[in-house]
Amino acid sequence: MAIQTENKEQLLELYRKMLLIRLFEERAAQLYTQAHIGGYCHLNIGEEAAVVGTLTALRDTDYVYTYYREHGHALTLGSDPAAVMAELCGKVTGVSKGRGGSMHLFDLDNRLYGGYGIVGGHLPLAVGAALAIQYREQDDVVMCLFGEGATNIGGFHEALNLSKVYHLPVVYICINNQYAMGSRPDEDSAVPEAWMKACAYNMEAERVDGMEMFTVREAAKRAVNKVRDTRDPYFLEVETYRFRGHSMADAGAYRSRDEVQEWQRRDPIALYAARLEEEGVFDSELREEIDSSVEQEIERAVKFALESPSPDVENLYDNVYTPQDWE
Amino acid sequence: MAIKTYREALNETLRTEMRRDPDVFIIGQDVGKFEGAYRVTQGLLEDFGARRVKDAPISETAIVGAGIGAAMLGLRPVVEFMTINFTLVAIDQIVNHAAKIRYMFGGQVSVPMVIRTPGGGGQQLTAQHSQNFEHWYAHVPGLKVVAPTTPADAMGLLRTAIRDNDPVFVLENLALYNTRGEVPDGDHTIPLGKADVKREGSDLTIIAHSRMVNVSLMAAEKLAEDGIEAEVVDLRSLRPLDTETIVASVQKTNRAMTVEEGWPTFGVGGEIVALLMAEAFDDLDAPVLRVGGEEVPMPYSKPLERAAIPSVDKVIKTAMRVLE
Repeated sequence: MAIQTENKEQLLELYRKMLLIRLFEERAAQLYTQAHIGGYCHLNIGEEAAVVGTLTALRDTDYVYTYYREHGHALTLGSDPAAVMAELCGKVTGVSKGRGGSMHLFDLDNRLYGGYGIVGGHLPLAVGAALAIQYREQDDVVMCLFGEGATNIGGFHEALNLSKVYHLPVVYICINNQYAMGSRPDEDSAVPEAWMKACAYNMEAERVDGMEMFTVREAAKRAVNKVRDTRDPYFLEVETYRFRGHSMADAGAYRSRDEVQEWQRRDPIALYAARLEEEGVFDSELREEIDSSVEQEIERAVKFALESPSPDVENLYDNVYTPQDWE
Repeated sequence: MAIKTYREALNETLRTEMRRDPDVFIIGQDVGKFEGAYRVTQGLLEDFGARRVKDAPISETAIVGAGIGAAMLGLRPVVEFMTINFTLVAIDQIVNHAAKIRYMFGGQVSVPMVIRTPGGGGQQLTAQHSQNFEHWYAHVPGLKVVAPTTPADAMGLLRTAIRDNDPVFVLENLALYNTRGEVPDGDHTIPLGKADVKREGSDLTIIAHSRMVNVSLMAAEKLAEDGIEAEVVDLRSLRPLDTETIVASVQKTNRAMTVEEGWPTFGVGGEIVALLMAEAFDDLDAPVLRVGGEEVPMPYSKPLERAAIPSVDKVIKTAMRVLE
C-alpha cells in the first residue's frame, strides 16, 4: 500500500500541510469579515487532499500555474504563510508585494508561476512554460491546476490540443469541486466527466477520489512521472468538494445543507488523520503537538500580515514596465 | 545603405535576431512551411528548423498564451498573428495576461514577447479583415505598441522590440509590405517611444502613424505646390507616446491635424488632441482636426472601400480647414 512507501516524517509533513491550509483559510475568512482582506477571497477548505496530494508530487524545479483559489497551493509549495497572509491583506511584505491579492499569488523561489483570475486563461501560459522547458531540453514539468468549470472555455481546449500536438510536459490537474460558482458539471457541460474531454485530444486521463490523500498523491506521482518520462501531457481529474462558498460572498443557495454535510463526512483531513492513526504513525500526543505548532504558525502569519506596512503610494507605478537593456 | 522592401527588412531583422540570440523563436499559424501568410518569415524554417520556427494550429489564444508562458521562463518569442483582426479572439491573453503579469506579481517576472501583425485595409478584404485596433492595445498599461511606416523603421523598431523586456505589439500594414526604402547597414535599432519628423514644415503639423504617414507625406507634397509647408510627424510608437516631439512641432507650426486609418471615434487622433489641449493650448491658432476612416464596417466594392479609407484628398481638405 502506498503509505508503506512513505517515511514517517513525510507522512506527518503531509498532515501538517493539510492542516496548515485548513487553519490558514479559517483565519483568512475571519480576516475577510473583519475587512482586513478585501476583494474576492476563495478558500481551499475541503480541498486539502486534492491540493496537497497533487502539488507534493512535484520536485523543486518543476513549475506551477494555477487559478485564483490558490492560497493552499502556495502554502503547499513552501511559500511563507506570513507572506501569503500579508498578500491577502494587501501589504508590501506579501508574496506579490501587495499588487496581486488573494487571486494573484506568485512565488518565484517556489516555482509558483502565478494564480490567475480569468477562468482557463492560464492554461495556454502553462503550455508556453512547457514549451520553454522543451526548447531548453530540460526534464522539468509544468503542473497546471484549474477547476472543472474551466473545461468549458475555449482556451482549455486550445491548450490541451497545442500541448499534445507539440508533445509538451504539462500535467493538467482538474480540481473538480462540483460547482462552477453555482453550476454543477451535469448542468453546464455536455460531457460532465472532465477527464473525458482530455481523451478528445488523445491524451491519457484518469479520475480519482480527491478526498483521500494517498489516492490523490499516488495518482499525481504517476502522472508527474509519466509526463517526465514520456514528455507528453497527462490529465488528472481530482474529485473533491469545497465546504465553503465559491467566495466569501456566497450564500450557497444552489446546494442543500444535506449535500454539504454528506461531503463533510468525508473530510479529507479527518480521513487522513484516521489513516495515520490506524497505521500507527501518529498518536494523540504527536497530533496535538503538530496542531499546536500549526496554530502558532498561523497566528504568527496573521500578526505579521496585520503589522506589515501597506505599499507606499509613491511606488504605484513600479513594475508596469521592466528596466530595458536598450535604454 | 541598401534598398529593401518593408517585408525584406522585417525578414532580415528576424533572421539576424535569431542568429544573435538563441532564445528568440517564432510561433504562429503557417509561419514555417507556408513561410508566413504575407511571406515575412520566408526561408526562416529552412535556416533555423522547426524548433525555432513553430507552425501552430488555428488557436490564437493558445499561441499567444504559449508565447507569454515561454517568455516568463526567459525565452523571447515572436508571435505572428496573420492579421490584427484575429488578435481579437486572443485579446484576453494580451490584455489580461501579457500586460498584467509583471505588475500583478510584484515585478517577479517579465514577459519579453513580441506580437507582430498587419492591420489596415485597401485590399478588398472586407469588414472582418480590414481593421485597425492598434490603439486598443495602446490603451493598456503594461503593453508597448509600435507602428513602423518605412523599411528602415520596420527594421529598427522590430529589432528593439525583440530586445525589449516587455510585451511589444508591432503593427505592420498590408499595403506597406511591398514598399521600398533605404535601410541602414549593421545593427540598426530605434528606441521605442520616439516619433520621427518625416517632413519638416512651418505652416501645419500632420500627425500620423503606419501607412497614413505615407498618405500624409503625399498630401504635404501637394500642399507644397500651393506654397503650404506641412510638417509630418510619424508617431512610430503609440505607447509610449513621444509627447515632446509632437508638442515641439506644434509649438513651431501653431496648427495641427491627425490622420489615422481606423475609425476616429475614441481613436489615436482624440488622444493627440487631448495632449495638445493640455500641453500646447496657447500655441494653437486653430482647432485641431482629425481625419480617419469612415465609420462603417469596411465594404467590399472597390469604390466603396476607397471612399471609406482616408485619402490624400481628404487630408488636403482637412488641412485647408485647419489653415483657414
